[in-house]
Amino acid sequence: MIKITQKAIDVQKVIDTASSLGAGAVNVFIGTVRDNAHKKNVRWLEYEAYEAMAVAEIRMIIEEATHRWKLLGWAVSHRIGTLKPGEVAVVVAVSTAHRKDSFEACEFIIDAIKAKAPIWKKEVFEGGEEWVSANPQMVMHTN
Amino acid sequence: MTVQKLKLKIFGAARDIMGGRELEIEVNGQTVGALRQTLFTLYPALKQLNSLLIAVNQKYAADDSLIHESDEIAVIPPVSGG
Repeated sequence: MIKITQKAIDVQKVIDTASSLGAGAVNVFIGTVRDNAHKKNVRWLEYEAYEAMAVAEIRMIIEEATHRWKLLGWAVSHRIGTLKPGEVAVVVAVSTAHRKDSFEACEFIIDAIKAKAPIWKKEVFEGGEEWVSANPQMVMHTN
Repeated sequence: MTVQKLKLKIFGAARDIMGGRELEIEVNGQTVGALRQTLFTLYPALKQLNSLLIAVNQKYAADDSLIHESDEIAVIPPVSGG
């Protein structure tokens, strides 16, 4: 399952989708919204995605992971829209026979999603906002 | 040289700079590289981004890739998912 969704992610559902009776390990990464960045308070994040391509990129990442590790199950869900501190932005779950593969595969998948999937987030602070990673150190001030 | 009218999908920081989610621009050339050069000329602020990639039909495309008016073309500023 690869999902890009406006709705709150049901973490248990992602885990259940990735689970397998043949697996001895289910590894889950949950990415959440921090309440701070650059020593400032984050009010909320705005996430957007080029949805069709994001799904295609994540599918390629999963394919590469399945070549490198024996995945018995997997699922990825990424939220878009407005997210407040503490909310879940992304969940990656994989199941494998033994735990080492599950840690490695899960880390590989989330790292590759962050590097390649066309998804963006803007941090909204008190009095300013900034597209994350877009510029060397620019903050756009709104007032 | 062939002038093409290309429809662009634009995201994130690039959208703030270019002022729209979808724009049509004329490009003198048939490659991704020609499109990128045209974008940097029309919108010099794009050069301040850490990177600017072009996707053609939902795949990242190199500068020597050919583009056509019928392609789905997207302007991809630095990604920051997760």
